[in-house]
Amino acid sequence: MNYKIIDGLMYTKKHEWARQEGGYAVVGLSDYAQDKLGEIVFVELPDVGTEVEAGKGSAVIESVKAVADLYAPLDGTVVEVNEELLDQPEVINSDPYGAGWVYKIEIKDESQFGLLMDRAAYEKFVVEEEEK
Amino acid sequence: MSEGKKTPFYEKHVALEGKIVDYSGWLLPVQYAKGLVEEVHDTRRRATIFDVSHMGEVSVKGSDAEAFLQKILVNDISGLEDNAIIYSPVCYPDGGVVDDILAYRINSESFFLVVNAANTDKDYAWFRENVFGDVKLQNLSPEYAQIALQGPNSEAILQGLTDVALARIKNYHFLPKVFLAGINCIVSRTGYTGEDGFEVYCGNAGASALWDALWEAGQKYELNPAGLGARDVLRLEAAMPLYGHELSSELTPLQAGLDRFVALDKEISFNGKEALKKQKADGLSRKLFGLEMLERGVPREGYPVKAGEREIGWVSSGSYSPTLDKFIAMAFLDPEIISPSTEVSIMIRNRSYRARITKLPFYRRKK
Repeated sequence: MNYKIIDGLMYTKKHEWARQEGGYAVVGLSDYAQDKLGEIVFVELPDVGTEVEAGKGSAVIESVKAVADLYAPLDGTVVEVNEELLDQPEVINSDPYGAGWVYKIEIKDESQFGLLMDRAAYEKFVVEEEEK
Repeated sequence: MSEGKKTPFYEKHVALEGKIVDYSGWLLPVQYAKGLVEEVHDTRRRATIFDVSHMGEVSVKGSDAEAFLQKILVNDISGLEDNAIIYSPVCYPDGGVVDDILAYRINSESFFLVVNAANTDKDYAWFRENVFGDVKLQNLSPEYAQIALQGPNSEAILQGLTDVALARIKNYHFLPKVFLAGINCIVSRTGYTGEDGFEVYCGNAGASALWDALWEAGQKYELNPAGLGARDVLRLEAAMPLYGHELSSELTPLQAGLDRFVALDKEISFNGKEALKKQKADGLSRKLFGLEMLERGVPREGYPVKAGEREIGWVSSGSYSPTLDKFIAMAFLDPEIISPSTEVSIMIRNRSYRARITKLPFYRRKK
């Protein structure tokens, strides 16, 4: 399988991505994650103002067959959520890095980006996952 | 855990980009490249092919075969004709369910039973425990492959492979020894999707060639493969029970709403008769209902159902329904509380989502 993995994003081992925008970060699910889940039919978003913690559940993504947690890639405070996903969760399948973004946080500790993978590292990680 | 078993169609699934999972010890596709939602639509609108070789098959022969089945089945097979099929729960004496099965009558001394994959060994042991007189049991499961061809185009596709007029096989009837592309098959007008269709049984040796022939014949009718995920959603839309969800040793067929398959007036003292009669007389504390979500949320097995603050039961199966574009569930609820206008809520991760009672089945095909 060829999964779309793009430049400019940092990825987690749980297949989330984060894109830095100044002191903020936009968060979503990778193409690999949306493909593994299958057709997404429901998204449970955090409330604006929620404190999220790196590695902890921060949103719930459900496909027809499965329930998956979206783990926060970084610590921070939710400042915006993608409410369009409530009516059209399938956008995560069709455009995981664009219109399928999930929420935006105010970053607490920028140095945490150093713990995430860039495109090259994540590509390698996905290949290893596929071989398991 | 031991390595899952491969059916004779394993390589076909891989070639069709099936996502393989271990289901009851069998390596089977949960979905193919098009995805579950499209596979459901394909089944309702055109036709799909499913590998259901994991299902178990048991042969029952002998002069006491019918009497034996009358004892272990809660449905009444006394009126069953040759080449006809009956659906029946199999119960323990306490009314709990061993399995739900199809019984094919070849003749008065020969029957073919189709049982659930996960229950095959348990069922076979149970049958042996209950056997009497002149009854010969044989577990044929390891020797048989099974394909389900489901959807409105099924008859046209299958007809391309045989001179036997398939229109003559009515719903819940079958013909043994139908040669499809030269392979000896049992052809049965049955299924687990709520659509017209066939289930075809053949020996493992001819299975791969049969799949290829069906696939080839299906191309001009837009035949597509469908996996276990679509099969589960299709059967839920049609409100067909699934063992482990709507049926179990802790639940009775009456609770599952299968009254018309429970022949309480059958004279013979069948397994479960007294317990089921008593339950019918005493009334049920839980009964199966259909639910439709009034707000977006996916009801799933095990989620609690409430009326106001009071917990009144649990979801046994639930999903997004591609056919209805709604979120639906079957749930065991306290029938004392429920009226058609009762509003209930389903607890999803400690949050309450509104739902309403709806008639079963959720989907019924137009004849």
